[in-house]
Amino acid sequence: MKAVVDRSFVSEATWQKIEYLMDRYPDARSALLQVLHAVQDEKGYLDMEAIKWIAKLFDLPPAEVYSVASFYTMYNLKRVGKYLIQVCTNISCMINGAEDIVKHIERKLGIKVGETTPDGKFTLITVECLGSCGKAPAMMINKDYYENLTPEKVDSILDSLK
Amino acid sequence: MGEYKLLLANVEKPDSEKLEVYRASGGYERLRKALFEMKPEEIVEEVKKSGLRGRGGAGFPTGVKWGFVPKTDEPKYLVCNADEGEPGTFKDRVIIEKDPHLLLEGIAISAYAIGAHEAFIYIRGEYEYGAQVLERAIKEAEEAGILGPNALGSGYDIKITVHRGAGAYVCGEETALLNSLEGRRGHPRIRPPFPASKGLYQHPTVINNVETLATVPFIVERGGDWYASLGTEKSKGTKLFSISGHVNRPGVYELELGTPFKELIYDIAGGIRDGRKLKAVIPGGSSTPMLKAEEIEGVLLDYESLQAAGSMLGSGAVIVMDETTCIVKAVYRMAKFYAHESCGQCTPCREGTRWMVQILTRIVNGQGRMEDLDILLDMKDIMGGNCLCPLGDAALGPLISGITKFRDEFEAHIMTGRCPLGG
Repeated sequence: MKAVVDRSFVSEATWQKIEYLMDRYPDARSALLQVLHAVQDEKGYLDMEAIKWIAKLFDLPPAEVYSVASFYTMYNLKRVGKYLIQVCTNISCMINGAEDIVKHIERKLGIKVGETTPDGKFTLITVECLGSCGKAPAMMINKDYYENLTPEKVDSILDSLK
Repeated sequence: MGEYKLLLANVEKPDSEKLEVYRASGGYERLRKALFEMKPEEIVEEVKKSGLRGRGGAGFPTGVKWGFVPKTDEPKYLVCNADEGEPGTFKDRVIIEKDPHLLLEGIAISAYAIGAHEAFIYIRGEYEYGAQVLERAIKEAEEAGILGPNALGSGYDIKITVHRGAGAYVCGEETALLNSLEGRRGHPRIRPPFPASKGLYQHPTVINNVETLATVPFIVERGGDWYASLGTEKSKGTKLFSISGHVNRPGVYELELGTPFKELIYDIAGGIRDGRKLKAVIPGGSSTPMLKAEEIEGVLLDYESLQAAGSMLGSGAVIVMDETTCIVKAVYRMAKFYAHESCGQCTPCREGTRWMVQILTRIVNGQGRMEDLDILLDMKDIMGGNCLCPLGDAALGPLISGITKFRDEFEAHIMTGRCPLGG
């Protein structure tokens, strides 16, 4: 099923990963979500060029791949900052002050939820339950969890990111 | 009753995620017993006897579920549901990160019991660290000859693959999960056919929660009767509870089913923070109806007692709200969650969850109308039971219970245009 694609679109390491993933399942299509993850890990987001490349790889129409990618919130279909700040505001975090954390980050970075700082360093979004309810409020920055947040803790975390 | 460490027995050991640590306490000996000393149907029988029920939230008897798999030669699959998206739930994460081999052993035994050679762990995308822990554990176990072809030299092949989701609550529903595992949008499927006859790739498939599968090795080791001796007459065994919100010691605790609700909140989790009073508690994840403080009096944490109290055990995610909590805002936030997560396939849920948010937004912003409350209560008939999956019904849990039990608080918002708690 793997169609001929330009391998140089991704790094050799990502290509190896993709080949492994597509062979791992009884039906290669099952690897679609994992391949979307792998390409996003390398590129930071999935633009139409990436969607088309993946579509060719799976021998699917680009619209089909886009429809899958757009269904899931973790795929960034637009460029995001170097650091994607994802603050949980669901119930357990909400009742433990998540809104104050969001407001604090908005003030600190001078952006609103959904926006990216002009230097492209930070994007701030709110997300649904991250499964950190026992250490609320919580957020993820890129792939790392940060828990038991206070405004002071958020300051030191954000200040440490270069 | 009270705390009982079965699933959590290993999690505090140093390097608990490593194979050598797991093996030092008898790890994978249960798999050996299953493969060499038991027939698959004997394992199914023990699990039936144990009374183990699905720990993801639905509570369906596990052995009965396994019994639905046809005895045919076609490929069969076992899927471990590690999507853990129900707000308030963070119990499976502990097993995944701290005792991955226990889960793998449970998966391997269960796969053998239903005649599957291939198993998948569908883990929520955010748990990337957990996915890495599991992948390392699978590699360790494959290199040691425990998993993979000819597992433990038994002649039985067991392949386990970790599959990451990508942020969609609905994929915790088993047929949406299967579509997602096939590389599609996570839309729930029409049933019948049920996954046990036509699941992954249209082949017989069993989907079980992490906690459920992690319990299986203990049932194989000590027998179904032993497991059934834990808990109550009808709710057998132990259960992981994730307790969060306004308590002094939030966290994951393993309790014998039938432990008094108040013991969890006031003793085990250290009581309400800052000496405040309990206002309401959600007992089993955000989809289960909330209970007022006085309603948990005498209630036990088991399937029957919580049902009798008008709620559900669900995933065991206890969310504690003290007297400073604005219930209107809490209900509004949960409604927003369901609207965001509705997959859009069924009209009642897609439109209903959106209406809920629109109306609740109005009330939170001080522009509510008294008739809004009855419109919201009518959602029960519009959305309830009218969709392919239970997401719409789940959205009704906090909404209906919140309005019914705290109607005065909603009315105060509408009449004064403000939150009486100053929120």
